[in-house]
Amino acid sequence: MNSSGYFLSHLWLIPFFPLVSAAVMFFFGRRLPKDAVNLFCVGSVFLSFLHAMGATLKLFSLPADQRVYQQILFQWVTPGAMPTSTGLVNFVADWGCLLDPLSCVMVIVVTFVGFLIHVYSTGYMAHEGGYYRFFGYLNFFMFFMLTLVLANNLLLLFVGWEGVGLCSYLLIGFYFLKKSADDAGKKAFIVNRIGDAGFLLGLLLVAATFGTVRFTSQGLADPTAFSGILQSLASMVAQHQLAHGASVFTTIALLLFFGATGKSAQIPLHAWLPDAMEGPTPVSALIHAVTVVTAGVYLVARMSAIFQLAPVAMDIVAIIGATTAVFAATIALVQTNIKKILAYSSISQLGYMFLALGVGAFAAGIFHLMTHAFFKALLFLGAGSVIHSLSGQQDIRKMGGLRYTIPATSVPFIIATLAITGVPGLSGFFSNDQILGHAFNRHMMVDRYLALWVLGLITAGLTSLYMFRLLFETFYGMSRIPVESEGHIHESPKTMAVPLMILAFFSIVSGWLALPVLWGEQSPFERFLEPSLRGVEKDAGSITFGHHTLLVEYALMAGLVAFVVLGFWLAYKLYLEQPKLHTKLAASWPRLHNLLVHKYYVDEIYDALFVNRIKDLSTALSFFDSKVIDGLCLDGAGWLVRAFSRISMWWDKWVVDALVNTLGWFPKFLSMPVRMFQTGVFSTYAVFILIGLAILLGVYGHHVQTFMRTLH
Amino acid sequence: MMPIGHYLFLSLALFLIGVIGVITRRNVIIVLMSIELILNAVNINLVAFSRYFGDVAGQVFALFIIADAAAEAAVGLGIIIAFFHNRETVLADEMDLLKW
Repeated sequence: MNSSGYFLSHLWLIPFFPLVSAAVMFFFGRRLPKDAVNLFCVGSVFLSFLHAMGATLKLFSLPADQRVYQQILFQWVTPGAMPTSTGLVNFVADWGCLLDPLSCVMVIVVTFVGFLIHVYSTGYMAHEGGYYRFFGYLNFFMFFMLTLVLANNLLLLFVGWEGVGLCSYLLIGFYFLKKSADDAGKKAFIVNRIGDAGFLLGLLLVAATFGTVRFTSQGLADPTAFSGILQSLASMVAQHQLAHGASVFTTIALLLFFGATGKSAQIPLHAWLPDAMEGPTPVSALIHAVTVVTAGVYLVARMSAIFQLAPVAMDIVAIIGATTAVFAATIALVQTNIKKILAYSSISQLGYMFLALGVGAFAAGIFHLMTHAFFKALLFLGAGSVIHSLSGQQDIRKMGGLRYTIPATSVPFIIATLAITGVPGLSGFFSNDQILGHAFNRHMMVDRYLALWVLGLITAGLTSLYMFRLLFETFYGMSRIPVESEGHIHESPKTMAVPLMILAFFSIVSGWLALPVLWGEQSPFERFLEPSLRGVEKDAGSITFGHHTLLVEYALMAGLVAFVVLGFWLAYKLYLEQPKLHTKLAASWPRLHNLLVHKYYVDEIYDALFVNRIKDLSTALSFFDSKVIDGLCLDGAGWLVRAFSRISMWWDKWVVDALVNTLGWFPKFLSMPVRMFQTGVFSTYAVFILIGLAILLGVYGHHVQTFMRTLH
Repeated sequence: MMPIGHYLFLSLALFLIGVIGVITRRNVIIVLMSIELILNAVNINLVAFSRYFGDVAGQVFALFIIADAAAEAAVGLGIIIAFFHNRETVLADEMDLLKW
């Protein structure tokens, strides 16, 4: 523990830097010049990235089974007895950091991609109002996201979880004067809250079942003082208190997964993510493609020990994931807004990750999370660069032929497209192949997984189709840009172009971590993550994979490539070779086309089922409020008060006042003659004084006379 | 030495002029001046008797009254100016605010 070195023992600094800079922005940002804002906000994330790198390298240098570092900053919920299913336990929750291979991957992805997006934002937001506010929110977001991934217990993770939800709301509604942005922010917030309710229930059930919310007690100075979930789980299973497939595991897993569907935009809570594209594009890239939406994946992977013991929940995760993947990919086929296509692509790819988690390939899911972070951030930033150079145009029908006019954007964008579709050699190919390979292996043990594998393949084909469509419509073919804005096309500044190149580089190479799969070895990435995702049960009922030979592996890869090529060929035919063909195709299946354009009418169904019902309820309640509470109770009470006051007024006027007035009338009457003397004019008074003097002289005058006689 | 009666007559004359002024004049400033006359009539009385009895106390008293008259004039004029600001009049018969 003492040899942990600077970076590990200062783990808490990673979320701390962005917090400080966010605080500076909130309190003094308005008065700071742009350069200072850049220095603070980009600098703080860069420092976080440096610390994350340092900590990761240190962790790497440890032996594989000791790669868990835990640091408790302070006790948050102080120890106290809590009743659980197994009696009273000492419950504690602290504010602490946990760095293990899983959180390590997340921290690196979040800080690295986050840093690039911050740099990019300095260019993208340069001409926008509220510059300091934007960066303040962005840094605040980084703080919560890093708290989320570094949390050493579920309760702290929930703090980060809610915090990123808040920042997501603030950033989607960044252009808050625009009603659609405002509404989208609210929608995202409310839909996420629905999922969060599930998360919270799951969290409480975890606390009640295991008596702790700490993930693990490994890596602590005194591991026996307070047990972690992993250790409690292991001892419960070992003592046969709870067995594989116990209903409490399924309940916990499903509740947590419901929370994950909210954050990660899976069916049925996916509706907020496409609307979230109202936010500035860097936000779409950072929050709605790379970080927040992967929090659900991270949560499931983090709780993988419980999920592995809940086969029903695992199947549901896989089914939801696969369904969402195909569902969102089909919608992406017909959308025309460049950012919405990418949003549906994100939903689809996240479904892919959940498919991987659901079949038990946690490492493959996290692997895809990482590669996806690079190429999807690149796609979004590229799209932002396109929008920037076309001065705000987001409709791909009004683009085309941009390949030569903005090469610094188009080249990285093409690389990202090749990566996401799964062209061999680029990162997406390896992660797609890992997921499909594991799904196929599961199918070798249990037949029903065949359908999931097929859905995965279809998604790969659809992804290839809609991504190449996007590429062709935007960068190839004839320019459909309106003539008046043609002259304004400009290449984006260096601060935007350089992050694109760096991301393009990583979109290519990040998949090579799984290169040894090609000669039949386990992927090193998987081996690195294995200690975090191992679970507790080695024998009874735990997930088993079949094994396939190298030849089958190549066949699977070939199958994937075949679907990718099929998608590419369709896109080429429909959008590049005969651009009229796809409109004809849409016209020949108008109902299907309409269904897809309207996103399967999910928003309409939700409106009819929930939103309008809530509105009806509100109307009824407001009727009750205005008629019964306001009308009967308040107005009735008011009428009664008025009636009583009228009686009391009459009494006052004719009895009380009358009595007083009568009493007052007597002195008034009696004082009449005296009052006559008081004229108010002082001359009169002077006369009175004189009269008084005369009377005095009349009475005492002889004394004066006597006195005067004594004088001469 | 002049007999004291002369002084007293002068004093009486001044006093009466003052009293008639106070009672009959409408302009409050003239009334104030009349009050000064009354005070000076008293002063003459005091000084005359002081000489007559050979006692300085009366003259000291007269000095006090002169100072008092100055103060009274200042305060009185102040009141009149303030009153004029409010009511735009300095006529005594229009000042009847002290009525019941």
